[in-house]
Amino acid sequence: MRKIPNYIEGYGKVTPFSGAFSDMGAKKVIGVEITPKAPGESKLVASIEEFFKKYPPFDGMTLSFHHHLRNGDSVLNAVFSELEKYPVKEITLVASSLFPVHAPLVKWIEQERLVKIYTNYMSGPVAKAVSQGKLKYPVVMQTHGGRARAIEVGEITIDFAFIASPSCDAYGNINGVNGKSACGALGYAHVDAEYGRHVVAITDNLVSYPNTPIEIFQHRVDSVIVVESIGNPAGIVSGTTKITKDPLGLKIAKMAAKVIEHSGYLKEGFSFQTGAGGTSLAVAKEVKELMLSKGIKGSFASGGITGYMVDMLRMGLFQTLFDVQCFDLDAINSMKENPAHQRMSASLYGNPHCKGAIVNNLDIVILGATEIDTQFNVNVTTASNGMIMGGSGGHSDTAAGAKLTIIVTNLIKARLPIVKECVTTITTPGESVDVVVTERGIAVNPKHSELIEKLKKVGLPLFTIEELKDMAYAISGKPARVDFEERVVGIVEYRDGSVIDVIYPMKG
Amino acid sequence: MEGLKQASAGSLESNDLLVFVSPGSGIKIEIESSVKLQFEAHIREAILSVVHELGVHDIHIKVEDKGALDFAVRARVKSAILRARGEK
Amino acid sequence: MRGLQRSFLFVPGNNPGMVQTADLFESDVVIFDLEDAVAPSEKDSARILLSEAFKRFNYQNCETMVRVNSADTHYFDKDIPVVATLGVDYILLPKATVEDIKRLEAYLDKLESPLGIFAIIESSIALEKAFDIATASVRMRGLLLGGEDLTADLGVVRTKEGLEIQYARNRVAVACKAAGIVAIDTPYTDVVDESYLVTDIEEGKRFAMMAKASISPRHIDSIHSVYAPSEKEVVYAYRVLSAMKQAQAKGLGVFSLDGKMIDSPIVKRAERIFALAKKIGLQVTGVEYDA
Repeated sequence: MRKIPNYIEGYGKVTPFSGAFSDMGAKKVIGVEITPKAPGESKLVASIEEFFKKYPPFDGMTLSFHHHLRNGDSVLNAVFSELEKYPVKEITLVASSLFPVHAPLVKWIEQERLVKIYTNYMSGPVAKAVSQGKLKYPVVMQTHGGRARAIEVGEITIDFAFIASPSCDAYGNINGVNGKSACGALGYAHVDAEYGRHVVAITDNLVSYPNTPIEIFQHRVDSVIVVESIGNPAGIVSGTTKITKDPLGLKIAKMAAKVIEHSGYLKEGFSFQTGAGGTSLAVAKEVKELMLSKGIKGSFASGGITGYMVDMLRMGLFQTLFDVQCFDLDAINSMKENPAHQRMSASLYGNPHCKGAIVNNLDIVILGATEIDTQFNVNVTTASNGMIMGGSGGHSDTAAGAKLTIIVTNLIKARLPIVKECVTTITTPGESVDVVVTERGIAVNPKHSELIEKLKKVGLPLFTIEELKDMAYAISGKPARVDFEERVVGIVEYRDGSVIDVIYPMKG
Repeated sequence: MEGLKQASAGSLESNDLLVFVSPGSGIKIEIESSVKLQFEAHIREAILSVVHELGVHDIHIKVEDKGALDFAVRARVKSAILRARGEK
Repeated sequence: MRGLQRSFLFVPGNNPGMVQTADLFESDVVIFDLEDAVAPSEKDSARILLSEAFKRFNYQNCETMVRVNSADTHYFDKDIPVVATLGVDYILLPKATVEDIKRLEAYLDKLESPLGIFAIIESSIALEKAFDIATASVRMRGLLLGGEDLTADLGVVRTKEGLEIQYARNRVAVACKAAGIVAIDTPYTDVVDESYLVTDIEEGKRFAMMAKASISPRHIDSIHSVYAPSEKEVVYAYRVLSAMKQAQAKGLGVFSLDGKMIDSPIVKRAERIFALAKKIGLQVTGVEYDA
């Protein structure tokens, strides 16, 4: 793989990745400066304009946002739109994810006023601009758990933590389940609320005090701004796709289910997580059928929660759900009504340096991939031309914690081999990846000799990962090597803050 | 191309390509592809193999590729050239 | 699975994406279609695409077939020379008549091609002549019922319940049984509402069909499920064969099981069921395939 520099301008000294659990010594979280409020002091601010008049923005400030409103978000753009009026520069943005709707940031990047970004996932014009090297300092791509860790130990200091709040009272009690812009759980916002210097709730639904239920409590919140709208509901709850109808996706899902069935991990009390994509949902359906036919009840399902998982909870197939974000209305309603549908913050979800995250007890996780190499390293950050079109999100968190990590993917997509010699960018290290399931065959990480034997006996088409790569190249032709300019435009931080890879400017 | 017309074959569906051929002098090939970075050389080779197989010396070929495998590249180029020759 | 003929999947012959993954859908036979799935302006392109595909790919997991254009079109004479040299196993002739089959047979004999022939029964006259068509050539391997075209010809409405094609299903199946070839049921054509799929497949089987055609890879699993022996059938077959083995060891020609005389047709059926179950790896408690 590529060499990782010892020092990166705009980032600092680099600790190279040296193993998923190589840094588990004692940690200390930082103290945060707090401005107490006495009785009678109001937190309400009439508008974002009034807010910045009262609390002026300054050069070098750090702003944070959560991404629970996904591509329907209008809060981030509204804040930056207001900041246009100020000559501020050297801004750092700590946004848990960035979507195409955040395109107005491109201007800020090109003008070098926004100079640094920390994020766990990005796509669209902002991702393209960063991939082209327009951001002054390299973007830092983190994991959901890693972002929480970094903020808790003070690697990132947030000056203004903006919390888009679907439901909020005048004193800052926030939930995400009520209101016209309801989004469900606010898992990614907790660490911002706990460690931001000035925590600002921005709501389009001011309710009478006290709000119920409360996800983020008033004693964390400094100011409350009321606006007309925080987002577009169509863009907020559009996260779930339907179960794939693609016959190859269905085939992959059936094979993955067979792996699960014979892995030894599908038993009473097991735990499970899957993504929101079409093939991942197809796997969830197969697992549901297996659980029903074998009379198995699981302990928990976790992650971003969809209506499919809610169904399984309702059917009594899982004892509880741990939800960091809701992908659809079903999930939002279930969270409101069912005590067994529990929230989790990003830190509780996947922080490697807390006293035991949810992922630590995860048995089986289903994940996707843009590329996988012969060391089982997975790339979900860049396309093979180097363009950033994703990011770990919870990928390396869950892969590290789960006992059985299964990657489901086509072997080839539109001629591009997914299984290849070397990935363009490493997001998740091969040591965390156990099985790769494609429509043409399955590869098991060689360290699991027992699992290989078990699956061979069941007649599954097993190959070595090299054989899958050879199969892919035989069909598509061997892809030409893409050479990148050696200028770092992005840093891929592993969960523990070490650097697992760097991103070079995209080609073409 | 040996005194014949313009023609096209294929489509812009995923895994397919659209091929345009027209008269030219010498062999001129233009490639637009969703996987140009990784497979331009393969595509060019596939096109040339058909051009040589059909004994063509003067032709202008333009392709818009959506990740077609070599066999489809060969097939669509062949179709386009045969159509241009009036052989359907 | 190669060697079994339970499912016949239609794949559009001019679609590279489908052609290159045709054998991944696990159907027993793949039918590359040059007829209805290909626009008239693209017939030439489709032929060339299949030529290049078969040069490049070795479809090992399934048998392969090409549906050519019917003998009354000008495409037929261009299709046959290409298809005869592709390396497929069979050729599927739509709108087949006895004369067409004889003409095709002569064509293939001349080209020294080993191809077997399947014919589609999709008109009232073809249905009337089903047995003649089934025996029109030593190359005949099966008949496929074309339900949509047949009902159009008969002037009746094609329905999900399929009452209107009951007779046709049975007639085609009987003709095939009599001729010793495969009877293939008409495909389920509703790609939006798949709730009637299994019922439809079962209806075909009820009327003695032996296999089913399909226009969607998503239907293959259900087809294999219906055209599989039940656990009960496999257990019974196993017991019949075990009892037969014991009887033979004692030098007895006839034997009985559960108080019933077991004669040759029952043994034959047991052998067929047992072989199929073994081949598809059907796990049944109490049944040992290697015994």
